[in-house]
Amino acid sequence: MATALATAVALPGGTALAIYPFRGRRWVVVLINALFGLPPVVVGLILYLALSHSGPLGFLELLFTPAAMVIAQAILAIPIIAALVHRAGERAWARYGDELICDGASRLQAIPPILAIIRAELLTAVLAGFGRTISEVGAVILVGGNIRGLTRTMTTAIALQTSQGDLPLALALGAVLVGISISVSATVFALAGPARAAGSDEV
Amino acid sequence: MIRRWLVALAAALAAITPGVAAEQSIVLASTTSVENSGLLAAILPQFTSKTGIAVHVVAQGTGKAIDTAQRGDADLLLVHDPDTERKFMDEGHGATRRQIAWNDFVIVGPADDPAHVRGGHDSIAALKSIASAQAPFVSRGDKSGTNAEELRLWKQAGQTPDTLNQEKWYRDIGGGMGQALNAASAMSAYTLSDRGTWLSFGNKGSLTIAVEGDSRLLNRYDVIELNPQKHAGAKLDAAKVFADWLVSADGQEAIGAFQVNGERLFNPSAASPE
Repeated sequence: MATALATAVALPGGTALAIYPFRGRRWVVVLINALFGLPPVVVGLILYLALSHSGPLGFLELLFTPAAMVIAQAILAIPIIAALVHRAGERAWARYGDELICDGASRLQAIPPILAIIRAELLTAVLAGFGRTISEVGAVILVGGNIRGLTRTMTTAIALQTSQGDLPLALALGAVLVGISISVSATVFALAGPARAAGSDEV
Repeated sequence: MIRRWLVALAAALAAITPGVAAEQSIVLASTTSVENSGLLAAILPQFTSKTGIAVHVVAQGTGKAIDTAQRGDADLLLVHDPDTERKFMDEGHGATRRQIAWNDFVIVGPADDPAHVRGGHDSIAALKSIASAQAPFVSRGDKSGTNAEELRLWKQAGQTPDTLNQEKWYRDIGGGMGQALNAASAMSAYTLSDRGTWLSFGNKGSLTIAVEGDSRLLNRYDVIELNPQKHAGAKLDAAKVFADWLVSADGQEAIGAFQVNGERLFNPSAASPE
């Protein structure tokens, strides 16, 4: 829910970083792609230690709050979105970049048309990020604490119901979660359907 | 400067995420048993409606809960491992430690009872039989109160963690009580459980109680208030209100009234044998 918001924050950042002229910073791209496989539990642990009252960011008093969970999920989603956006943006730039510059656009002005060209990929990137945040449990249970009514998410509720031996309820929650995921992705693609059919399908 | 920015950012983030707004709240670090059994979910609404203080429960197992409190991330502790608690108090982290409820541990096992221990009342003899029959035994392995109790019993039965971990039949799953019961149910293994979680557990499979009624299996739950000198940041006043309520007549009545399938899971301390 609020996690989609974190994804929205991650997207422009990722876009700018990926599309903007690379100043020989190949390393950033390598790093982001490496962070693709960031283990959630490690993110959770590091964030837990950082946000703890005895940690460097303890004064923020964010541990065991929904905000801490949003941060964790954003950290996990950012590399995925940024890497996917970068890859698509790079390809579009290689093909259309010179034309746009020739037409007298600055690099900054060239960004909107490039984004328009790769909008289908943008969608995929955001959905991939959303998929990561909605399915996440390891990091979120560490920094959120699975507090009833405050930091309990679908995934941590499933973990809890399973540990109470209430497998039917856990399974039902799982079905709801999968349903949410499918309907979000279906809605997004339905809205973007016509645009997608236009092109940029050959990858 | 950066610090001020971060605080503002944190405040903004907290504002846009859902949560309880103005009302007072405390973080209670507790064992998994009081949460998994449903006790806290049953009694907390009564306390919150009376005082306006919301209690945010982080269920972690005694070892982790105590660590959380030592880091200053919790305002109050509800735990059940006398040895660890005593150490916590001796090191000056706690201000008061009061018993709020008790029940007992039970050894549960598969219906076909390969170690022939069912119906006994001697937990040590039962563990010895399980070991000599090499019957599967699931251990929490998570430094929780139940895990500590299990290891104390094994020690009296002549086994240490080192010897146990070399045995194939001894399965350390590193999880909460519910996970251990799920594992025991799936593997037809014995395990030690607190009675509260056992009674409310919904996936028993072929598991039944094998051993109960041993005085060594007593399980006491304590609430520990933190030492203000060491934990100045904690919301100790609100925490004290909750701790006092738990031992008050109202709180004790709420604990005693909590039932699952017609059985009382936690006995109020007023009825304590100690």
